[in-house]
Amino acid sequence: MGGPVEDWTTDYDIFDPAYIRDPYPVWDELRQQCPVAHTERWGGSWMPTRYADLFDIARDVQHFSSRNVLVAPAGPPPDHEDAEAMTAFEVGAPPITSDPPVHTWARRLLLPPFSIKAVAQLEPETRELCRSLIDGFLDAGRADAAADYAQQIPPRVIAGMLGIPKEMAGTFTDWVRGFLEYGLTNADIRGEAARSIFGFLRERIDERKEQPSDDLISYLLGSEVNGRPVPEPHVLGTCFLLLVAGIDTTWSSIGSALWHLAQHPEDRARLVAEPELMPIAVEELLRAYSPVTMARVVTEELEYGELRMCLGDKVLMSFPAANRDPEKFPDPDKVIIDRAENPHIAFGVGIHRCAGSNLARMEMRLSIEEWLARIPEFRLEDPDAVTWAGGQVRGPRSMPVVFP
Amino acid sequence: MRVRVDGEKCQGHNRCFAVAKELFELDEYGYSHEIGDGVVPPELEEKARLAVANCPERAISIADTEEA
Repeated sequence: MGGPVEDWTTDYDIFDPAYIRDPYPVWDELRQQCPVAHTERWGGSWMPTRYADLFDIARDVQHFSSRNVLVAPAGPPPDHEDAEAMTAFEVGAPPITSDPPVHTWARRLLLPPFSIKAVAQLEPETRELCRSLIDGFLDAGRADAAADYAQQIPPRVIAGMLGIPKEMAGTFTDWVRGFLEYGLTNADIRGEAARSIFGFLRERIDERKEQPSDDLISYLLGSEVNGRPVPEPHVLGTCFLLLVAGIDTTWSSIGSALWHLAQHPEDRARLVAEPELMPIAVEELLRAYSPVTMARVVTEELEYGELRMCLGDKVLMSFPAANRDPEKFPDPDKVIIDRAENPHIAFGVGIHRCAGSNLARMEMRLSIEEWLARIPEFRLEDPDAVTWAGGQVRGPRSMPVVFP
Repeated sequence: MRVRVDGEKCQGHNRCFAVAKELFELDEYGYSHEIGDGVVPPELEEKARLAVANCPERAISIADTEEA
């Protein structure tokens, strides 16, 4: 364990910097040699890379539980005496960390505010946000497309939905990176981030109890399950999910899309000339640069093909690898901007299909449209200078681009 | 041609609605259902096929209405 990886089939490392930068050759090798790889690193896990396996495992919720969806172990909270930190590790974030039957009602609660229709109402404000961000750097002829643009959009959109001042966006981003990025390999950072988020949300919930508004927190507090108000710890956990799941995921998708477009003038030209292609292009960019890997926990000893999996084993749901599987997608490593048949599982598959998928698509479409409308020509300043985060969520974190 | 959504399999990806609004409707939770009796006019048959091909849950099927 530790040190450079010599055999990816038995000792993969999802935090290997070269793998984070360019995971595609590894997935190709694994799909051919060992379609369900294993490692002892980071608490140990299995990693399927074929679409067919990801599809089957995601839908088998009886044997593969969502009770822990983080790809690396939380580790002990920094301070065992600290009740709030403990809460952060144990409350969970329903419905993403729930199995049926709780999952069923928890998800039903969350779906209406994320429907296509509900999300469409956020479009004018989101478009305005994109425009104002571009205003901030257009004249400079250069920008960090990840940090100055992609990163700025999702936290403001989710803040708006939760009824929280948009000025909190930067703080949200820091917290979520603390939880899902830096904190994945550092329990102290993760605990601190979780404590901050829970503490903040608890205050907002108390405020809404006093004075309900038309935001999501008030909606959750005013909802009922089986004739009773939704329990408050559940509301807290769901708000935690909304904050944590909607920020660096969509930020990564927008960033990866711009990373692609910066290097493919033919795709830029096509989208400018044929804007009606945009929804199909968004699906293709989601497929090719899927950001999210979730985890599942094996619920009983079982045989998966020739493998023996044990109770408590972790399985990494590498949806990004599934979406590059040549068995499922012809020419999978080529971005075909008008790919007509594209049943990608970037948002997962089965009962845990990302509840925010319509929101993510809307943010991607608008952010790319607005960028191309104002900056149809741009390129990476230095491809080697782009930095990537990976593990749970893969995407560019710094991406200097220049434009005339 | 007739199109049908298997309500047990649909997870609300909304991909069918995106490619063929003429053939599918969504409930308030985002679950899809074929509109009316699901009969597909000839000019929408290609869209129906795309809806099938893009559904990640394999929830959509098409059948030939000629069948008895």
